[in-house]
Amino acid sequence: MSGPGNGRLAILITLCVAMLLMILPMPEWARPFRPQWVTLVLLYWAIALPHRIGVGSGFIVGIVLDVLTGTLLGQHALGLSIVIFIAIQLHQRIRVFPFWQQSLGILILLVIEHLLALWVSGATRGVTPGLAYWAVPLIGALLWPWVFVTLRKTRRHFKVV
Amino acid sequence: MVLSLILLVVDHRFHHLQHLRSTLAFLTYPLHYLADLPFTATHWLDETTSSRETLRAQNRNLRDQNLHLLAELQKYESLQAENMRLRDLVDSSFKVGDRVLVAELSSVDLDPYKQQVIINKGSASGAFEGQPVLDAHAVMGQVISVTPFSSTVLLITDTSHALPVQVLRNGLRTIAVGTGRIGELKLPYLPTNSDIVEGDLLVTSGLGGKFPPGYPVATVTRIDRSPDAPFSSILAQPRAHLDRSREVLLVWTVPSQLPASYVPDPADDPEPQPEVPAQSEAELKPGTEAQAPTVSPVPQEPAT
Repeated sequence: MSGPGNGRLAILITLCVAMLLMILPMPEWARPFRPQWVTLVLLYWAIALPHRIGVGSGFIVGIVLDVLTGTLLGQHALGLSIVIFIAIQLHQRIRVFPFWQQSLGILILLVIEHLLALWVSGATRGVTPGLAYWAVPLIGALLWPWVFVTLRKTRRHFKVV
Repeated sequence: MVLSLILLVVDHRFHHLQHLRSTLAFLTYPLHYLADLPFTATHWLDETTSSRETLRAQNRNLRDQNLHLLAELQKYESLQAENMRLRDLVDSSFKVGDRVLVAELSSVDLDPYKQQVIINKGSASGAFEGQPVLDAHAVMGQVISVTPFSSTVLLITDTSHALPVQVLRNGLRTIAVGTGRIGELKLPYLPTNSDIVEGDLLVTSGLGGKFPPGYPVATVTRIDRSPDAPFSSILAQPRAHLDRSREVLLVWTVPSQLPASYVPDPADDPEPQPEVPAQSEAELKPGTEAQAPTVSPVPQEPAT
């Protein structure tokens, strides 16, 4: 259960699950509140394994996410690559934070990604999302400890290094 | 990062990336399929385990409904024949024949701020980009990207969608633009004094050449005429059950010969003047602006 190939599989599977969560149907009222699952998962891997998950992976995952959710090609790619870049710069600090402080850091990263997405969509179309739009990073930050613990268990179980 | 910025601009301005998107969409199809699976499964389970009584009742209902529809169809057929005969008389005959295919929506959520859905028929079934999509009630939207087994449909309520329509009552032509909210369209290019009232039915006008003419689109719900504004703000509610339909119809229009009067002639300016270019450009602005989105390549007359 070790070796680089196996680890890649584990990362891919967690990302696939996150993408699945991004497109799983939800009731109409809950749709604007869908957390940024893929960003959360990719952030975890970037912080845990900065030598394997880089800006390039962020870009590729972002493109796939764009195609998956039908947004402008590059919208998620831009946000994810920038956020991953920041996360890799700060990964040693974020790792030693307690959970709530980590959540705070993640919140800022999620807000940056969301803000970039808003700029892109604002520059290309006229829809101005309501206040619910800003609840999304908050929900994401609240989910962070659980995502973190789950993924750390996964990582240790599959011995991904 | 620079790459993604370039991608953004290219995707927004041009349509070269459609191919790349279709290829990638084919790769992500398994994910879409997986997300849809529980709903398809429950649907199937629901169908196979429903009781005999329910099925019988349903069957009876459907048979009744079918009878009604057949009766309506008889009337419709004779009307169509009459219509063709009359058109023959005025020498402007054109055939209207549409072929349809039933497709099902996938239970997949896309970006909540874009009005798009995914259906389970793709190029393997003959779907193509720009194809009109209807539901049982009215026009829903058009196909914007196809993969072999699925395609993405842009709904008429998306902000990037504009649809040439006309008022059924008097033939007034205009363009219906999406608002980004489900259940709302706006008609931004009608002057304050135009003849339109609440409750008017809007049908596709067939201008633009993408949608077949005569399909219902929306009902006018609210009109705000303020005397100081050049255009009235008009809202309409789509007739199609955009958020509830599960079955949709893909339409192939059998190529029709449009009568000559349908093609607007730019030389036919009502008031020929020396400074025509500037004048007609200003006049055409509402029409041409609405064409920027993917709908109508044919120049549109400003509705008056």
